[in-house]
Amino acid sequence: MISGRCAACKSQRRKCPSDCIFSPYFPPNDPQRFACVHRIYGCSNVGKMLQQMPVQMRAQAVDTLYMEARWRIEDPVYGCVKLISQLHQNLNDTESELAKVKALIAFHKLQISQVNELHQPDLDASQSNVEQFQFNYSTQNHYPWFIN
Amino acid sequence: MGGTSPCASCKLLRRRCAKDCIFAPYFPSDDPQKFAIVHKVFGASNVGKMLQELPAHQRADAVSSLVYEANARVRDPVYGCVGAISFLQNQVSELQMQLAVAQAEILCIQMQHEPAEPVAVTQNPELDDSNPHHQRQQPYYLQNEQYLNFASSSNVIQDSLQRESFFGHDMVS
Repeated sequence: MISGRCAACKSQRRKCPSDCIFSPYFPPNDPQRFACVHRIYGCSNVGKMLQQMPVQMRAQAVDTLYMEARWRIEDPVYGCVKLISQLHQNLNDTESELAKVKALIAFHKLQISQVNELHQPDLDASQSNVEQFQFNYSTQNHYPWFIN
Repeated sequence: MGGTSPCASCKLLRRRCAKDCIFAPYFPSDDPQKFAIVHKVFGASNVGKMLQELPAHQRADAVSSLVYEANARVRDPVYGCVGAISFLQNQVSELQMQLAVAQAEILCIQMQHEPAEPVAVTQNPELDDSNPHHQRQQPYYLQNEQYLNFASSSNVIQDSLQRESFFGHDMVS
C-alpha cells in the first residue's frame, strides 16, 4: 500500500515492507526527520546501526542521530562538538570560580576567628579596629597569595 | 615516479588515490583507524560531500569533529555525543548550584561582619574582571558568543579530544 510508506521508503522510492526497520521511527508526516539523518549518515548506515541494537533502544538512538544530524547541518564544521567544547569551558570556568570562592570563604573564616581570638578580652573597646581590619581585607585586593 | 602511498580512505576503499584526493590531507595512511571509524558512522560518500562543501581551511577542523562524533557514536551507539552533552550539562548545573551556595555563604559572612558596607559579594573583582568570558545571566549552554572566537583553530577540537575521559562513563544521567 503506497500511502502507508514510511518517510525513509518514500525518500528512497521503494516499497515499505511490513517489517521495515525505519518505519516506527520515521513516520511519513515528518519527512525532514529522515532527510536530515539520511543527509549526514546515509540510509544504509542508519539501517545497520539500528539492526545492531536492541529494539527497545532504537527510538532513542534515532532521536539522538536526528539531533546530531541537525547540529551538523547547522554547523558543518563543528556540529555538536562545538557545544561540547563550550560545556567543557563552562565546566572549567565554574570549577575555578568555585575553588576561588571556597578559598575566600576559608580565608574570611580564618581572619574572623583570628580577630575574635585576639580581641576577645576587649571586644567593645577595639570594635572599631576590628571593623577597620575586616574592611581592609574584604574590600581591597588583599587576597592571600593562593587566590589567583 | 612520485610514488606516494594511498591515503587511508583510498586504501580502505581499494581505489587509486588521486593527486587531488579530497581525503588525503586529513586521513594519512599511517592512521587507518581514523578513516575507518568515520566511514563506519557517516560513510565515505557523505564525508566527501561534506568536505567538498567546505572551504579548504575549515576541512581539518571538520574532519576532527567528525572523528570525534564517530568515536562517540561507536562507544555509545544509542546516545553518541548527545549522552556526553547531557552529562556535561548536568555537571555544569551541579557546579553552578554549589557556586551559588558558596556565594551566598560569602554574602552571609560579609553581612554579618560588615553591616555598614554595601554588599558586593557577587561583584567580586577577582572573579568578574579577570574573566571577560564570565556571564552569569545566560543559560550556560547558550553562552555562544564569547566562545565563537576559537573557530577555525583546531585547538578547540584537540582540547575536546583530550578530555575524552569524561565520556567513558555515565553518558546519560
